[in-house]
Amino acid sequence: MSMKIEDKLFLDRFKVAEESHLRIVDGEKCTKECQDQPCLYFCPAYVYRLEGDHISVNYEGCLECGSCRIACPHLNIEWRFPKGGYGVSHRFG
Amino acid sequence: MKEAFDVAIVGAGPAGISAACILADAGVKTIVFERGEYPGSKNMSGGVLYGHDLAQILPDYVERNCPIERNIIESRIWYLSKESGYGIGYRDSIFATTRKHNAFTITRAKFDRWYAEQAHKKGALIVPSTVVVDLLRDEKGCVTGVVTGREQGEVEAKVTLLADGINSPLAARTGFRVEPKPEFVALAVKEILELPSATIEQRFGVSGEDGVTIEILGEITGGMDGVAAIYTNRNSLSLSIGANLADFAASKIKPYELIEAFKQHPMVVPLISGAHPREYIAHWLAEGGYDAMPAVYGDGYLIAGDSAMLFNALHREGNNLAMASGKMAAESIIEALKRGDYSRKGLARYAERLADSYVIKDMKKYRRFGGFLYHNKELFNELPRAASLAAREMLTVNGVGKKEKQKLIVKEFRKQVPLRRLLRLLWHGWRAIR
Repeated sequence: MSMKIEDKLFLDRFKVAEESHLRIVDGEKCTKECQDQPCLYFCPAYVYRLEGDHISVNYEGCLECGSCRIACPHLNIEWRFPKGGYGVSHRFG
Repeated sequence: MKEAFDVAIVGAGPAGISAACILADAGVKTIVFERGEYPGSKNMSGGVLYGHDLAQILPDYVERNCPIERNIIESRIWYLSKESGYGIGYRDSIFATTRKHNAFTITRAKFDRWYAEQAHKKGALIVPSTVVVDLLRDEKGCVTGVVTGREQGEVEAKVTLLADGINSPLAARTGFRVEPKPEFVALAVKEILELPSATIEQRFGVSGEDGVTIEILGEITGGMDGVAAIYTNRNSLSLSIGANLADFAASKIKPYELIEAFKQHPMVVPLISGAHPREYIAHWLAEGGYDAMPAVYGDGYLIAGDSAMLFNALHREGNNLAMASGKMAAESIIEALKRGDYSRKGLARYAERLADSYVIKDMKKYRRFGGFLYHNKELFNELPRAASLAAREMLTVNGVGKKEKQKLIVKEFRKQVPLRRLLRLLWHGWRAIR
């Protein structure tokens, strides 16, 4: 039985901040200039999802690896650490 | 009101806490900022720690109840194709007796928290739930402290140690380390799989507090430059798999599907069957090697651990390099404080110490290793396939003569990896590790 990403994230403890620490700077770039949209695939938390013609940012489940910040082909993602104490909290690590 | 410290440390991981222990022991007024709810809450490693570097900082770590999971007495290496694989292992009873705790498993949420408590007991101030968002600088550009995300969050310090890990927007923002290129990091995901300790002992052939590590290469990373591992904890297994981030981006392989495929490999299934997943996390590994390292010190600041890209991919060493560099940073800071010189010149002994130690010697020795794996994808595709075919044919008794089988294997091998490629691979491989 293969475990879905949603079920994996359900195992983790998150303290979700009201404000997203991730932001797509220019949404038009994603739809018009980005052919491959690799963030839909490499993000280990499935934060970036194609919804209709735009990419949604589901920051609540972000595992804070930083990959989208440097691997977005257009460097189109603004990335901050969540506010102190917020975001994912490893219980094992 | 600004509060003043001798040393501000960004990050309560192995590098930052090692430095904090040494500094606090010397009576240096030290503050450590941790962005997580508690030290370790944002940290991840495969899960092996080496006793040597920890003992340099806390010789009595065992008596201090260090949260050791299992003492490693056997290291296995697997080379896998999709549905088969080779495995070798080395078990040595010396690792249970006179060289006990040479390597042991940990989980970082427990270990880092414990480690930070030791620094706190020595007198360092640990401040969790606090992000350092910028650095203070004087008119000459010398770092004079940190800016936290809290209100009135400026904290002055004579010296600042950046130990905030491989994923550091701060380092990039302040210009002290350029953002790594995707090919300079590996993205790894990890699951904690819970099993009764008796089941782990039976499946891995160990007893009591002993444990086993398995490092895994081959087709398991979907043709990407990557590695997987299975480590035994007391009543769980640490299962991790990672690959070069540039390979992930190009291949469109999803990390969570990769780890699921890994868990379904016929050599993995019997070890993890019946286990309960307890956590799923992700982190980078610093794969850029020596040539991707930033300048490790400057006016008023130093960089240690993952922040400085200190990682030895071949020998799965990172925590120990963080500890060793944190210790050397602290020793250099103590000297600088005595002289009252926190300039670049005053902190230069740090780079000398690193260069004289195994840390930089190993970084230099393996400077080509990351590139070797990245540029030779046969290692993760054709080679494990051909190697599996060879074993499969030789072990199948079907009335075909061995000479004939040998011919078939050589032919298939040459088809998969032409002789010139193979020789090139061997030559580059040798150069990468010699």
